[in-house]
Amino acid sequence: MTTQTGAALSPAAKDADKAPKTVKGSPKWGDLVLRIVAGLVLLYLFLPIFVIILFSFNDPKGKFNYSWQGFTLKNWLDPFKYPPLTDALLLSINVAAVSTAIALVLGSLVAVALVRQRFRGSQTVDTFLVLPLTAPEVVMGASLLVLFLDLGWATGYVTILLAHIAFEVSFIAMTVRARMRGFDWTLEDASMDLGANPTRTFFKVTLPLIVPGIIAAGMLSFALSLDDFIITYFVSGSSVTYPLYVNASVKASVPPQINVLATAILLISLLLLGVGTLYRRKRLDV
Amino acid sequence: MAGVAASSRQRSKIAPYLMIAPALIYLAIFFVWPVISLAMTSLSTAGGSVFLPTMEFGWKFSNYSEAFSKYQDQILRSFGYAIVATLVCLLLAYPLAYVIAFKAGRYKNLILGLVILPFFVTFLIRTIAWKTILADDGWVVSALDSVGLLPSDGRLLSTSWAVIGGLIYNWIIFMILPLYVSLEKIDPRLIEATKDLYSSNTRSFTKVIMPLSMPGVFAGSLLVFIPAAGDFINASYLGSTQTTMIGNVIQQQFLVVKDYPAAAALSMVLMVIILVGVLAYTRALGTEDLV
Repeated sequence: MTTQTGAALSPAAKDADKAPKTVKGSPKWGDLVLRIVAGLVLLYLFLPIFVIILFSFNDPKGKFNYSWQGFTLKNWLDPFKYPPLTDALLLSINVAAVSTAIALVLGSLVAVALVRQRFRGSQTVDTFLVLPLTAPEVVMGASLLVLFLDLGWATGYVTILLAHIAFEVSFIAMTVRARMRGFDWTLEDASMDLGANPTRTFFKVTLPLIVPGIIAAGMLSFALSLDDFIITYFVSGSSVTYPLYVNASVKASVPPQINVLATAILLISLLLLGVGTLYRRKRLDV
Repeated sequence: MAGVAASSRQRSKIAPYLMIAPALIYLAIFFVWPVISLAMTSLSTAGGSVFLPTMEFGWKFSNYSEAFSKYQDQILRSFGYAIVATLVCLLLAYPLAYVIAFKAGRYKNLILGLVILPFFVTFLIRTIAWKTILADDGWVVSALDSVGLLPSDGRLLSTSWAVIGGLIYNWIIFMILPLYVSLEKIDPRLIEATKDLYSSNTRSFTKVIMPLSMPGVFAGSLLVFIPAAGDFINASYLGSTQTTMIGNVIQQQFLVVKDYPAAAALSMVLMVIILVGVLAYTRALGTEDLV
């Protein structure tokens, strides 16, 4: 991965040298040092990832997959060996999908209102939306637990969903709003001027404009939900999500299948990233 | 025509409120109310047993003074670790964000994708990987040992530095992205202008690039500092009993000891300190660049 990045940087360096703006006395070595530092930081980001991939091929002797014992493919041939791990992953995907779907509706409506409408108190709404983002997760988890205890609700799937929606709404509202700023909204007027009614204008002009932002926000929210440990830990009851399973395994036994599934998720993300990049490039070419 | 315009204007008076209402009601129930419950709990007296804890509200401010005196070390440690982690994140993230924004050319999106990619692996699994890397019999310890750079007790795991390292690694992405966004926004012609006016590279950095990237620096610092100060995973996976943070205490008190008032008081302390910082930030710079 890093060799690829190194190769990726050098042609760009050539381009930069050709550009007239860098000609004026920029010391080449300073530039080089900067690129090397950036490359090292990128390498640092990938260091644990290499370890995770490597240890998915480990053949651990004991219960813990912490030290290298020998190469094997058997973990990859049997990724779903531990049903509780698979169930936990499925529960996490379920929670992420359902909570994101609900939070997208709530969050996008706020974002559209904040960007498209002028109304009294929009500034207050703005600040209010930031607050959940600034509350430490441990506080949010603890406060939700206190609420559920007060209400006498049993913690489980529903409380996990409610908690996830609570932290996703703000993220989605802020992300969609950020994407919507700077759009040319006069297109809506143009559509009306050309005889489209408001409904038609919404579906033919407004929606296509805001959909990319909503999709991006949805992906972010899905990822946040899938990865959330701290808040879920407080409100999960006896339900076990993927991060909760991983945490429990640290105390009991860490099967290499955890690494296999993590690597698989990474590969799928990489694939989506590649497809996304190609798709964008194709659209730019047209 | 005039009728249509008038009616749409009328509609738009209540329309925004209808659009924001569902989310605001949701957050009122599942964010504001819980925080109020938490505040009430922090002023209550604990009773009952571990199995059936009871609470009675009574303006018991001594919960706070007790929390402060009993967990002073953890409070100071949490903010100390979080400050160091935020500063190191800034130092590491700035060169990378700078190179992506100004030097990466057509590989910009690819490198940006690579930067985000590691964070698709669950946070806990990444932290476990650091446990392997820093292990006593690992190659990092033996490499440092052979060049004589190992601290006196011969360990990396279970030290403050392991915990801070974990905090840095897990949240550096929230520093890189806002920094990149703010650097990316800078008009390259401004930098050219400084060169035309015979400014040195250093001077054009300190006088143009750095000031214009400040929103990214502030946003990134908050986004790293807040989760780092409240974290308990890194301290429990990579640290020892000597490196526990406020998060560990809150978690322990809430889920194991079940001393809800003490835990709630600590949670309020953590939140209020962070909230004051955030409000100062949004007053100065607005919320636009936070996400």
